[in-house]
Amino acid sequence: MANTQSMCTSFMGQLLNGGHQFGTITLVSRTSLTAPTTDSFKAALYLASATINAATTAYTATGEVSGTGYTAGGVAVTNATVPVATNSSSTAGVAYWTPSASITYTTVTLATAFDTVLLYNSTQNNTAVSVHTFGSQTVTAGTFTLTMPANSTTTALIRLATT
Amino acid sequence: MALVTTTKGEMEESLLEKREGSLDNDIEYTTWTEYWHEEELVHRSVHVRLKTSPPLFAEAASFE
Repeated sequence: MANTQSMCTSFMGQLLNGGHQFGTITLVSRTSLTAPTTDSFKAALYLASATINAATTAYTATGEVSGTGYTAGGVAVTNATVPVATNSSSTAGVAYWTPSASITYTTVTLATAFDTVLLYNSTQNNTAVSVHTFGSQTVTAGTFTLTMPANSTTTALIRLATT
Repeated sequence: MALVTTTKGEMEESLLEKREGSLDNDIEYTTWTEYWHEEELVHRSVHVRLKTSPPLFAEAASFE
């Protein structure tokens, strides 16, 4: 048998579940350390003129859309699917997660063009998770729906991968 | 008789002009539906289907 250098796929999956702590961090209580509860996540929309990117550390109202029917902070993300970690070989694997339902903003008017959604952890001090962009849009007395990609190794919304 | 939510309240769909569009690229497949009344946009809904995002790569360094 030969050993092969690689990040362990299970480790990446455990990162998505907060299973490792290499440094200090201030956490909001998850009730129990041995059987922690799942955090809640939200999705906020941002104007095309905003600056939301990899440097974004937490939800911010700066640059967020506003309009009839939209509540600052966005909407809750349905999270009924636990992260999955899958090995594709002895050197490669993917840990991934996707919200389990579409993200929907119902009956809103967002007159200024927006093109970004920020996913953030509303349990842990609104810490940022990921930024996703799309073609610039407006909504008028209508519904804005973000349908998630398939939750798979190649298409999941959030993927941690080794090659 | 279908009703549409508009900036002027609920309106009968037959009184409105419906316009639809779509966008398809590597990132998204997006469709939108607009309703116009007397050349005024009174309703616009958008449906974005996200396709994929670049993965975040993890690497274990070697000792050399």
